[in-house]
Amino acid sequence: MATIEISCVEVWREISNYLDEKISPEVRERMEAHFKVCAHCTAVLDGTRNVVGLVGDGRVFQMPDGFSKRLQERLQKLP
Amino acid sequence: MSTPQSQLRADEAELIKSVCGGAREAFYELIRPYERMIYATAMSVVKNAADAEEVAQEAVLKALSNLASFRAESKFSTWLIQITYNEAKMKLRKARPQLYDSIDDQQQTEDGDHWPKDFADWRPIPSELLEQDEIRQAVQGAINSLSPHYREVLVLRDVELLSIKETTIILGVSEATVKTRLHRARLLLRDSLAPGFDGCWIKGLTYRKVRPW
Repeated sequence: MATIEISCVEVWREISNYLDEKISPEVRERMEAHFKVCAHCTAVLDGTRNVVGLVGDGRVFQMPDGFSKRLQERLQKLP
Repeated sequence: MSTPQSQLRADEAELIKSVCGGAREAFYELIRPYERMIYATAMSVVKNAADAEEVAQEAVLKALSNLASFRAESKFSTWLIQITYNEAKMKLRKARPQLYDSIDDQQQTEDGDHWPKDFADWRPIPSELLEQDEIRQAVQGAINSLSPHYREVLVLRDVELLSIKETTIILGVSEATVKTRLHRARLLLRDSLAPGFDGCWIKGLTYRKVRPW
């Protein structure tokens, strides 16, 4: 059976769920067929995957220097 | 499906028992693996390092004094992050009551699709560049520019890597809301970090080099 086509708007709606693997195999297959022929949606997918990777990197939201030490001191000071 | 009792890790159960039995010095061991999550959660609400640290300390003290009431219906980390989130919200409310209300009111427009702003070929930002302060600040700045509801979900899911279920518990919203907000947050973040942010394809604007690489 041929894959049913999916529109760009439908693809954008599911990009995040696609990255989280929270979509059905059918939708995944349709999206993958779409990415093969649509450079725009592929750019949106790549970009979104890239930012998710960057945000998840431990170097973003680094704790300030001395954070742990000050926290421990605060705990030790408790009456 | 796990039972509520199975949510607690054995090593954490031991530490909690010790702390509740009077060995208070064991408490830092219990929370140490979650320090960065606590800090990031606080940052996602208050948006500045000094306030986030204060919130983090208060949240940890609150967790210690309420430890005996922890019932292991959720993971210990979820409970801890929920306390932190509530503490941060309270700080924001105290500091800027009017602003807090107005920000919250603006968040009710989540229906409809978010359409990406551009379709330029994505030139990936290599994660090694996060070694550079200015790149880290650019990513942090883009996250801070999101509306609170988007930012909070993004930080819990994509920074702290919590599950959708854990995120629903902490924020008190449905799974569908978490998914919608996360989706929006990611696309908005992509828009603000996109190569197009340079302004090079926007008519009438001169090229501004904001990406130094």
